[in-house]
Amino acid sequence: MQTDTKILAQEFEYLAPKTLDEALDLLDKYKNKNIRILAGGTDLLVKMKTTDLKVDYLMNIKDISELNFIDIRQGLIIGAVTPLSHIIRKEKVRVKYTALYEGIKAMAAPSIRNMGTIAGNICNASPAADTVPPLIVYRTELKLQSKRGERNVLLEDFITGVGKTIIEPDELITQINIPKINKNTSSVFLKKSRVKADLSKINLAVYLEREGNVCKDCKIVFGSVAIKALRAEKTEGFLKGQIINSELINKAAKQVSSEIKPIDDIRSTAEYRIAMSKEMLKDGLELAWARAKD
Amino acid sequence: MNYKVEKIPIEFSINGQERRVSVKPNDLLINVIRDDLYLTGTKYGCGIGECGACTVFLGKETVLSCLTLAASVDGKEITTIEGLAKGSKLHPMQIAFLKNAAVQCGFCTPGMILTAIALLKENLNPSEEEIKDYMRGNLCRCTGYVQIVKAIKTCAEGGKSESI
Repeated sequence: MQTDTKILAQEFEYLAPKTLDEALDLLDKYKNKNIRILAGGTDLLVKMKTTDLKVDYLMNIKDISELNFIDIRQGLIIGAVTPLSHIIRKEKVRVKYTALYEGIKAMAAPSIRNMGTIAGNICNASPAADTVPPLIVYRTELKLQSKRGERNVLLEDFITGVGKTIIEPDELITQINIPKINKNTSSVFLKKSRVKADLSKINLAVYLEREGNVCKDCKIVFGSVAIKALRAEKTEGFLKGQIINSELINKAAKQVSSEIKPIDDIRSTAEYRIAMSKEMLKDGLELAWARAKD
Repeated sequence: MNYKVEKIPIEFSINGQERRVSVKPNDLLINVIRDDLYLTGTKYGCGIGECGACTVFLGKETVLSCLTLAASVDGKEITTIEGLAKGSKLHPMQIAFLKNAAVQCGFCTPGMILTAIALLKENLNPSEEEIKDYMRGNLCRCTGYVQIVKAIKTCAEGGKSESI
């Protein structure tokens, strides 16, 4: 492991495909070699500088323009290498996909968001990733492509653990497909961190569909409380179909901590995360409920 | 390892000048800027994307040159702190930093000024909260934040008629 972060000490071969076809060809060719995909580099290059991660082939996909787009016609389709900062400039993201907007706004700092990509944040598979809980509450699907073909996978099933996903060595995430959302819905993202630019100690995305006084549908996803972002399905079931009032919200908040499995680490303690999960859920539900009114 | 690491010829524009250099795959943009092009205004602070001292413009957006491979800027446009002044005429943000004593040791200043310019390109009249929020990835260890925020505010107010 190098100790000087001024340089990138390890040597590797640099591959810079300009089209998706070229990238898939290269992945197929090098799938049995030690190849890594570089997008924004804000996680990968830091790991290559500060951990034992060694890479023999580095394939930069950031300049593949066909993977850099935001399509708002039906739902929201985001190209894999679209910078995070471009996503939050879209009015539709702020208005309709508020939790995603708030999640990205809560990440790092503007320069990092200019570099970092949405697929990069997903593939890095950090339990603290701020785009993941919002994307899961919207039932986001990922399009994975390889020379063999393509498949669509629910984001919820894509990440399996810390830094672990079900992606095959010859596959590339090409699109993030976020379904159209119903009327009378709202979403909220909340995060606790030491200072704003830091990684989450705990984060939460809530999605609510409201019908009068009743919660028609509800999704709750916590980050940084387990090996991957976690859906609180029991609490979702507890709220679905119910008339929402502060008593019910308090009850939901009380029980949600039994669904999470936090640990002590450098950023926080399990005890703090459990205590915060209750308060955050309360705040999140109240805010989402109020927003769904409009 | 059974591959050959060869130097990659790249061409890019820096502060309006076309430059041609050969880089290794693992060369970082910050080191090419400082060591090959002798533009030492761009500073190395943390090397891991925490401090913002190495901020440069890549096209119209700020990026961190310590986490950018030099090979990846082939064909692109870079602006560093040295590219802001026109001859002896400083950029309005540089003037605002000077007038408001927003510079103490000066190490964070290039990154601060470039990020502040990016802010005003997005938001002509930011509130104090918006300034602090936008500047959160740029650290000043002299803790001169009050003057820095003031300088940016002054520049935003005074800069309305000038092009930034």
